[in-house]
Amino acid sequence: MKLYNGVKIIAGIVIFVVLITFPFWYGKGKTFPQPAPSLDTPAISQLKDKRCVEETAFMRANHMKLLVTWREASVREGNRHYSATDGRIFEAKLSGTCLKCHSNKQQFCDRCHNYVGAKPNCFSCHIIPGEVK
Amino acid sequence: MEKSRREFLKIAGVSTLSLIVPMISFPTWAKDNLTIPGGEFLTAKRWGMAIDASKCPVGCVDCITACHGAHNVPDIANPRHEVKWIGQEKFASVFPNESHPYLRDSQKQLKLPVLCNQCANPPCVRVCPTKSTFQRQDGIVMMDYHRCIGCRLCMAACPYGARSMNYREPRPFIAKLNPDFPTRTKGVVEKCNFCQERLAIGLKPACVTACKNRALVFGDMENPQSEIRLLIEKHFNLRRRANLGTQPQIYYIV
Repeated sequence: MKLYNGVKIIAGIVIFVVLITFPFWYGKGKTFPQPAPSLDTPAISQLKDKRCVEETAFMRANHMKLLVTWREASVREGNRHYSATDGRIFEAKLSGTCLKCHSNKQQFCDRCHNYVGAKPNCFSCHIIPGEVK
Repeated sequence: MEKSRREFLKIAGVSTLSLIVPMISFPTWAKDNLTIPGGEFLTAKRWGMAIDASKCPVGCVDCITACHGAHNVPDIANPRHEVKWIGQEKFASVFPNESHPYLRDSQKQLKLPVLCNQCANPPCVRVCPTKSTFQRQDGIVMMDYHRCIGCRLCMAACPYGARSMNYREPRPFIAKLNPDFPTRTKGVVEKCNFCQERLAIGLKPACVTACKNRALVFGDMENPQSEIRLLIEKHFNLRRRANLGTQPQIYYIV
């Protein structure tokens, strides 16, 4: 069996394999700095018990799910309060509750979102308190 | 294989029952009702508004300013792109069937506040393909802007033109942002929400509190002792295009 244009085909396959595996070998051995969301805001520094709505590990993994639950409950069912597992009651508001403590969106939300390439569109409508004219 | 007549009838009967039983135990209309928050909204309280435009001073736009300021409604001059939650129209435009050339001049010149009629039978809710527009238990026809895909079927369905599309990014057209209420984004429809966010914290709608002459009265239509019920029982009133069967809940005292 004769392979016509063998040089071109094999060169093409090699280039394809190199490109498709690029993300695997490019980052190998290098260390990328982990995103460090900053908790340094006036509201948080005044808190005695530095605890978010739920535990930090839960919030880190599930804050988006919690926000969707808040959204559905307050918009669709008119239930604007969320009782946390430790019994505290919060107003289910993104700008009013979350961003009251985390008033540093750029140093808190954006650092992780940019790192993982997540582009939530919350703030195309919801207002970042510091941005108000 | 031969089947006796008796066996055939048995199989036919069982098959028919298997089709009918699920329909009776969980009918389709019950499924549809479950999607309305709160369920039996007809027996619940119902918010409504009475408007006595004869009390409106000429040129007063306090209600519009208050509403649009509270809800971050953009002020776009181009009439093709403008966004309104509450506006003003002449009597002949608001009540085309009730107006005629021999109305007295004061009636002809009268400008009536127009807003979403918060229909008890809202056509916009029926046509919304994403259930972004929905009716609350208390009768408020509300929008979930998160779900709006901007198809504008609701705008076609609304006989009152109470809905506006954001053809442009609204933020640059908002003079002063109210930090307590979100804006909308380009590509969603918006309308009056009867100030549900104020009702939730025990305040009356922004237009009602802004009106110095008490031309707007807000209350529970299902409560016979409420101010609004006593008022509309005392004065003759009209509803916009009530013959369409939308059961609008804005009552114009004329």
